[in-house]
Amino acid sequence: MAETTLKSAEQKTPSFSLRRKPRLGETVVQGLLFFSGFFSIFVTLGIVYELGKEALLFFQMPEVVILDTLTSTEWKPHIGKFGIWPLLTSTLMTTGIAMAIAIPLGMGVAIFLSEYASQPIRNTLKPVLEVLAGIPTIVYGYFALTFMTPLLREIFGKDVVQIYNTASAGLVMGILILPLITSMTEDALSAVPRSLREAAYGMGATKLEVATQIVVPAALSGIAAAIIVGISRAIGETMIVAVAAGAGPNFTFNPFIGAETITGHIVRISGGDLSYDSIDYNSIFALGLFLFFTTLVLNIISQAIVRRFREVYE
Amino acid sequence: MTKKLVVEEFADNLDARNRRGTIWHLLFQASTVVGILALIALMLNVINAAFGYVAYEARVDPDTLTVDGTPLEDQSKDQLVTLLQSELSRGAYNKLDNEKSFAERSRDDVFQLVVERIIRPKVVAVWDLWPSLTQAGEVRATVAQEYPKAELDFISWLTTDFVTRPQTSEPLTAGVRTAVLGSLWTIFFTILLAFPIGVGAAIYLEEYASDNWLNRIIQTNINNLAGVPSIVYGILGLAIFVRALEPLTSGEVFGLVDPTTANGRTVLSAGLTLGLLVLPIIIINAQEAIRAVPHSLRNASFGVGATKWQTVWSHVLPNAMPGILTGTILAVSRAIGETAPLVVVGASTAISFDPESPFSKFTTLPIQIYQWTSRPQSEFRSLAAASILVLLILLLSLNASAILLRNRFSRRY
Amino acid sequence: MTTNNNSHNGQYVLETHDLEIYYGTFKAVTGVNMHVERNKITAIIGPSGCGKSTLLRAFNRMNELYDGTSIRGQVMFDGQDIYAKDVDPVEVRYRIGMVFQKPNPFPKSIYENIAWTARIHGYKGNMDELVENSLRQAALWDEVKDKLGQSGLSLSGGQQQRLCIARAISIKPEVILMDEPASALDPIATLKIEELMQELKKNYTIVIVTHNMQQAARASDYTAMMMLSGEDDPSGTVIEFDDTNHIFTNPKDKRTEDYVTGRFG
Repeated sequence: MAETTLKSAEQKTPSFSLRRKPRLGETVVQGLLFFSGFFSIFVTLGIVYELGKEALLFFQMPEVVILDTLTSTEWKPHIGKFGIWPLLTSTLMTTGIAMAIAIPLGMGVAIFLSEYASQPIRNTLKPVLEVLAGIPTIVYGYFALTFMTPLLREIFGKDVVQIYNTASAGLVMGILILPLITSMTEDALSAVPRSLREAAYGMGATKLEVATQIVVPAALSGIAAAIIVGISRAIGETMIVAVAAGAGPNFTFNPFIGAETITGHIVRISGGDLSYDSIDYNSIFALGLFLFFTTLVLNIISQAIVRRFREVYE
Repeated sequence: MTKKLVVEEFADNLDARNRRGTIWHLLFQASTVVGILALIALMLNVINAAFGYVAYEARVDPDTLTVDGTPLEDQSKDQLVTLLQSELSRGAYNKLDNEKSFAERSRDDVFQLVVERIIRPKVVAVWDLWPSLTQAGEVRATVAQEYPKAELDFISWLTTDFVTRPQTSEPLTAGVRTAVLGSLWTIFFTILLAFPIGVGAAIYLEEYASDNWLNRIIQTNINNLAGVPSIVYGILGLAIFVRALEPLTSGEVFGLVDPTTANGRTVLSAGLTLGLLVLPIIIINAQEAIRAVPHSLRNASFGVGATKWQTVWSHVLPNAMPGILTGTILAVSRAIGETAPLVVVGASTAISFDPESPFSKFTTLPIQIYQWTSRPQSEFRSLAAASILVLLILLLSLNASAILLRNRFSRRY
Repeated sequence: MTTNNNSHNGQYVLETHDLEIYYGTFKAVTGVNMHVERNKITAIIGPSGCGKSTLLRAFNRMNELYDGTSIRGQVMFDGQDIYAKDVDPVEVRYRIGMVFQKPNPFPKSIYENIAWTARIHGYKGNMDELVENSLRQAALWDEVKDKLGQSGLSLSGGQQQRLCIARAISIKPEVILMDEPASALDPIATLKIEELMQELKKNYTIVIVTHNMQQAARASDYTAMMMLSGEDDPSGTVIEFDDTNHIFTNPKDKRTEDYVTGRFG
């Protein structure tokens, strides 16, 4: 091998410098990447600033009195009434109905997947759930209007159930949210260590007892987090309610008549002719700000619960 | 002395417990069945409305258009072109000629135009698929009785023509081309914004960011942004892209303003708004993909004296790219289906021309579905159903390619 | 800790002065004073968990890839402190190469594994020649010369490790650090690596961490014996550093004797 001569001819001289070479390319790249990372902060700041700015204008308008906004049950902009309760109750009703469907069914599916189902069943079921989760909400809206509403009208009578109603929207919303609840609950259930299950089986417990009295309680915080995220999703959901729930604020607790939600209202107002700085325009921002903070708080709570829950098992 | 087990203290409840177990097992299974049934109901409902009998009347009787004893269906292309010229306004005729000259058009194409523009069939009744299949006789009887002048056809509302025709106000000749092109243009800008920034942010967070308060805030912020309702992004887009950046998004700055509206409600604004919406999705998925790259690969690269960017560009990114692309496709799926933010940003409700530039007015497929769903007549419901099928097929192919991508590349190692 | 004073003209290639290595506040390695001689094989041996790899990775600043590691003391490379403020770790790793325990060729072709490495350091010469030379020096050329385009991952474990060695020496480092290079390989591949090391030391300086005492005894010229400092001190240190012969036949420290005779560890 002639390698020895090759080496000595090209040997690096002992007096080399280890000093930092200026690597401009690296610095530029690092700067760009940092900017990309920081960009998301701009988005949040943008949301808070823009929404806050216009919302402030809204509250500063003479027709809008904060106390009335928070307590009044009439939202009739053309006569200067901006009580938030009609929109809020409608939102709460659709959310409530949706969660009444999504929580028991979602958990049921999750428990089935996690504790009972065999691998082939799991392999066919999970894609079904993914499909359900991937269907655009406008399609669910169509489904609510053209299937669920006629169905409800069949069951309860055409004079009881109006063409636009919150029940229809709520039920379909429940189906929309079901996969979300299921996947988060299933994650929580599978995070429960197998040793815990084996301890219970070892004591002669039945599958039901292990699932409902050992595993679910152990995964409770994860499940709570899932529910909170589901609620957050329901509050922010727009197209299902825009299509099926009704176009007009209505302060009512009857789920079978039409009542516009916060999100439905925003969509209706912005879909029409909108002049900047009109009171309608600004009301969108006030409502949007409310939505933003409500869902933000819910999501933060949910993440905090999940983090605390994960600490327990790691 | 043998020990006697004190069994009496424990109740003999095994049967009851097992019974309870079976009941709940059935309930859990039932939940699953409900979920599957809901999906099936949804699909059948859509399919049901997308096919079926249609009774329609011509506004202009084709018989009145007979020329020299030759009925309309048998007339030559030239005869048909002459007909168009005489019946349409000069402006309308010239516009058609400009779109595609009559010399180039096929006879079928011209005949189609005659039907569309002159005969203009009007829908009088629509039947869903199920009644069309099961009660065909009754349908025919009804039509004969109540709409004697009407034609009855069993059609599929979803045809290739449906996808290639532009939006019109006539249900029978309406198509989703305008909307589909609008969606594609919009998504283009969405990805243009969100992909570089999203992947860049993911690289920053995974490879460069040290564990300090600023970077932790950035990460938390991204996780929170992922949960913000899409309509809030629409409102943000309205305030920033449509209003504040109007000179930019309307094309004023470039002198390319859309002649019909000079405002910021353009394809560009729509795309950018959705870009902000899907940004967190891309970042989070890309982070996961980068995190999955084995450390041994990075060690090998650093070990031979590579710099951080050399390591990222030559080793980490190529390794993580399948995962990153899968995440991007998921983001695109999400963006294609979004309606609410675009309504807020100002999607146009009745445009029938294809987008020509980033500064055109826009509509998208979900918006089209929304509009047709909101109209009470059954023919619009059928159009909505057909558009939903187009949308679902589009999404299905996107997601299938994502899954294929994932499988092909996970097999490599 | 004892050192054997070998008279040496000129500097040692590597030398540590009171080197301490921390993971955050946890002191993993304490008070190491040893040196590495040019064109010799220096082995670092000791029971698992006493900081051998940590010490090795301090020589090319690989430790700092993981948050929170820091050192006190000095590591001198040809008389320069590699931890000085203005020193670029990339430069250090250019001149002090590393071969890892589990072979980690790039998921590129055999040719590219070496070519990419040379390219990023600005190699402008004949790449084909460089690749062939490196593979020859790593005793791998004959086995792969017809399949340079195949993925590096398609080779056997032993071949992959030799590819990693070829890659490391392609940029002509002064020192090659080897972190248990044969522990993931079968005995025949191990033997090949050991033979290779003897050839390589003609042109390179080698520092090898190994938990295989016989390997150290066979292959190395100098040996550093590492062990935990004491009953209640979880940090590792070099308790004895000497000619390999002395370490294995006439160690000065009782603990070394216990370890090499198999009574401990």
